[in-house]
Amino acid sequence: MLPLERKLELYHWMRLTRTLEERLVALYRQTKVVGGLFRSLGQEADAVGSCYALERRDVMSPLIRNMGAMLVKGATPVEILKQYMAKGDSPTRGRELNIHFGDIGAAETTRGFLGQISPLGDMVPVMAGVTMSFKMRGEDRVGLVYVGDGATSTGAFHEGINFAAVQRLPLVVIIENNGYAYSTPTEKQTAAKQFVDKAIGYGVYGEQVDGNDVLAVYDCTKRAVDRARAGGGVSLLEFMTFRRKGHAEHDNQSYVKPGEVEAWAADNDPIDRFVRVLLDREKVPRSTLEAIDARIIAEVDAATDVAEASPLPQPLDALVGVYADPPAERPLWYREGADVSTLGKERAEGWGTYDVAKGAAL
Amino acid sequence: MAEITYLEAIREALDEEMQRDANVFMLGEDIGAFGGAFKVTDGLMAKYGESRVIDSPISEIAIVGAAAGAAHMGMRPVVEMQFIDFVANAYDMLTNYVATARYRAFLPCPMVVRGPSGGYVRGGPFHSQNPEAGFIHTPGLKVVYPATAEDAKGLMKAAIRDEDCVLFFEHKYLYRRIKGVMPAGDHVVPIGKARVAREGNDLSIITYAATVHKALEAAEQLQAEDGLSVEVIDLRTLAPLDDEAIFATTRKTNRVLVVHEDTRTGGIAGEITARISESCFAHLDAPVLRVTAHDIPLPYAPALEDFVLPQVNDIKVAARRLAAW
Repeated sequence: MLPLERKLELYHWMRLTRTLEERLVALYRQTKVVGGLFRSLGQEADAVGSCYALERRDVMSPLIRNMGAMLVKGATPVEILKQYMAKGDSPTRGRELNIHFGDIGAAETTRGFLGQISPLGDMVPVMAGVTMSFKMRGEDRVGLVYVGDGATSTGAFHEGINFAAVQRLPLVVIIENNGYAYSTPTEKQTAAKQFVDKAIGYGVYGEQVDGNDVLAVYDCTKRAVDRARAGGGVSLLEFMTFRRKGHAEHDNQSYVKPGEVEAWAADNDPIDRFVRVLLDREKVPRSTLEAIDARIIAEVDAATDVAEASPLPQPLDALVGVYADPPAERPLWYREGADVSTLGKERAEGWGTYDVAKGAAL
Repeated sequence: MAEITYLEAIREALDEEMQRDANVFMLGEDIGAFGGAFKVTDGLMAKYGESRVIDSPISEIAIVGAAAGAAHMGMRPVVEMQFIDFVANAYDMLTNYVATARYRAFLPCPMVVRGPSGGYVRGGPFHSQNPEAGFIHTPGLKVVYPATAEDAKGLMKAAIRDEDCVLFFEHKYLYRRIKGVMPAGDHVVPIGKARVAREGNDLSIITYAATVHKALEAAEQLQAEDGLSVEVIDLRTLAPLDDEAIFATTRKTNRVLVVHEDTRTGGIAGEITARISESCFAHLDAPVLRVTAHDIPLPYAPALEDFVLPQVNDIKVAARRLAAW
């Protein structure tokens, strides 16, 4: 069992997730968010509880609704805000959106999260490859990949988990069953009674858990992570939860049965449930939680100020870094004033393999 | 030095690179103890073990995706498509994931996807295609397609050392039909540089892979029968295209024929023609012409395949028309 101090950390991460997303909603309504906004309302426990079972050296690949997992793994609110606002100094320099960014590499130098792409099933084979490198190099590291009910229908999901299972890779595959893939309900996604049944077909360990109980999610994931680390191969976990918002803010959820959202909000909010555990069972004074809440609001306020003040990307930055070599695409001749002779010089840091010397020679 | 085949040259490159760099490993279907459908990886598992020559399930998406994940972590995967036709199964993984990784997320993807491609072998549909055009259209991928044994080895070594994903097309018609003497030492041919396969002054044929040999044969016959001096350019790399070499030969002969085995519509010949038109129009004495396969799936029967794919005589007919313009 986790000591109280660490349970309060779980509370912190869940509360930070919700507060940051609420701030993003405000920014979205002010049209400061570029593109869509994807909420994890009601799913904070599954993201936070599972990722909390990882060590820093482990690698995790999130879904759009795993902002909480990103935060646990070390992504900062200011990075996420800048990403959503498409700022020039955001982690992807305005090339990618929301939490599609990562930081992976050697265990001692990176935080260990891998930005996903939109065809989400693809991340299962990729994480199979990441964990294959751990196995080949004898590194004591584990991979965790999240998919939703929709991604389980893709060939990539099947091929990736089958490959990882055959190779006995240290991989934990989490299916977040939140009832809907965009507007498609689970019963139109699969004829299986439950996703965890698929574990049998792949010959891997399977477990289903209440995804809105953060401690149960943590315990379940920790067992799978320990099993992977001990050479026990792949685990397939199914978290039962519910998506209380639309696919994104623009989606009014007209397809959801009347009363369903309200019922989940009233009876099964993961933060409300955990607050009751902390207050009633753990006897935590309410003032302790209020102090955490206040710190989070101050942190998100400060991050918002920084992100809002950040510059937008320069258009010519679009041409840099498709390949390691050559470093930059040449601008098309009809783009007026398209001079790349100085491109990248002033911002060499953080541009990865961009070669300033070669850029100057263009 | 003894001559070795195009296929043996590729195997030699794989072997030398595995020897040189412990991060290089092979992944694919039936490539281990069996040595691959064409025996390109024959003997490598015995030499390097099953942890570095990995037999995979029949899962092109998983093979390419896993290679990408391993490449992100510093490994150098070389994956085999049993036939390059099957790369279509991994098209999403290559175009959406691998090709964008560096640009959108600063994720290096140093990996090679290699496999036997092309026709003239009576393989019928699914075992004779040339799907390069679809990948040339995708920024972030490199595409290599050698025509000689020397290039097959040198370009493979360059592909494995490249910091980006390289699609390496091997022409199965050439596997055991052509031979070359490998230069001594560490023989690496740079990606992105075309080769003048034959010097000439009257007209240029720009081509790659198996049709390089058809073009050379046509050039010899045109010299003997018509006294035409034909230059043949072997592109070697299709992405990035060597514009410099394409424009140089255009400015030299002023008449260009582009030849490839791939189907016509949307094929790379159209792109080459457009680039010449945009950059060298004033140097042209005739329209750029194309000799390609017909726009149909490749049939099986010899009479049908021979009719559909470009032959030496097709190239001669087109070259004569170009010269007479």
